[in-house]
Amino acid sequence: MKISDLISALNLSVFSGEGGLNNEVNGGYVSDLLSDVMGNAGEGQVWITLQSHKNILAIASLKDLPGIILVKGIKPDRDTMDKSNEEGVPILGTGDDTFTIAGKLYNLLHS
Amino acid sequence: MMKEYRADLHIHSVLSPCGDTDMSPARIVDEARKKELDIIGITDHNSTRQVKLVYEIGLENDILVIPGAEVTSREEIHNLVFFENFNDLQSFQSYLDLHLRKVKNNPRLLGYQLVVDREEMVEYEEEWSLAAALDVSIEELAGKVHSLNGLFIPAHIDRFVTSIYSQLGVFPTGLEADALEVSWRSNPVEFAQRHPEINDYPLVTNSDAHFPDDIGRVYNVIRMKEKSFCEIRMALKGIDGRQVIQGKGSRDHAITGSGG
Repeated sequence: MKISDLISALNLSVFSGEGGLNNEVNGGYVSDLLSDVMGNAGEGQVWITLQSHKNILAIASLKDLPGIILVKGIKPDRDTMDKSNEEGVPILGTGDDTFTIAGKLYNLLHS
Repeated sequence: MMKEYRADLHIHSVLSPCGDTDMSPARIVDEARKKELDIIGITDHNSTRQVKLVYEIGLENDILVIPGAEVTSREEIHNLVFFENFNDLQSFQSYLDLHLRKVKNNPRLLGYQLVVDREEMVEYEEEWSLAAALDVSIEELAGKVHSLNGLFIPAHIDRFVTSIYSQLGVFPTGLEADALEVSWRSNPVEFAQRHPEINDYPLVTNSDAHFPDDIGRVYNVIRMKEKSFCEIRMALKGIDGRQVIQGKGSRDHAITGSGG
């Protein structure tokens, strides 16, 4: 499944990083602790978080994550979006809380 | 006979991924001398490997360098730690090597992590990311530091990221800290007034310098008998008239009537 498939299936908005819309998704990772994601997220997992600091892009690129979903209507800062465009890692948004969007993503990937 | 010493205890070198490439040992000491600091702390993220040379150059310039680090606990809380001698520092480095989560650094994304020599030539490049966290809790970390006779000071507790309050919500009861650091952004006296739960802890304020210009932008004035690690420990405890007067040098947050 691609990031673009997630966007239409889960009704996500796209803030930035359109260059990475074809990135391949094979799972998800949920955490708001950047060091935890750095240590434990796996390649191909889309990251669900409330963190919007630009450091999320460094972590996502380091771990080859295909995209980031910001929850609860949180919007990324300008420099976070710039970094997302540079790295080609899309930042997506949802009004759902973490529990809800993670459940939807799980069902989508396992249906 | 008490004297007053100017101390900035939170300075990053070129070894920290976020530290400016100009933050070589020689440059740090030179800048500290210009800012008329008597004591500086070298606190790189999760590593002590650049401290020794800063210490040596400091000695030659009559600046006491307190060996330390800024350590990230499992909760992603930053903590300053300091040690009296290089034996204890080496023991603590072994602890860091054991407990730092091993993620390969990517300098393009996270920054360079270099140890340099006197001539600012690269001596060593840290391959594991120092932006990672240790796998120990803040309490375990404090216990380890104290077992090595060190000082444990949670960093920039007023910040909205990587601080006790940002990561834990409320101050953990009974935390064994020798002091708490309020960042250069805040007035420590005002911060303490809003947080009566920390009134039992002494406060310090430091520059958290990542660039040469930032060194000494705030500092502490420590009243004590001589500049040494032992005296600093006693000043934090307020023994026999020793005292730490924090928040000096800040233009925006000039402190009056706080005993200084």
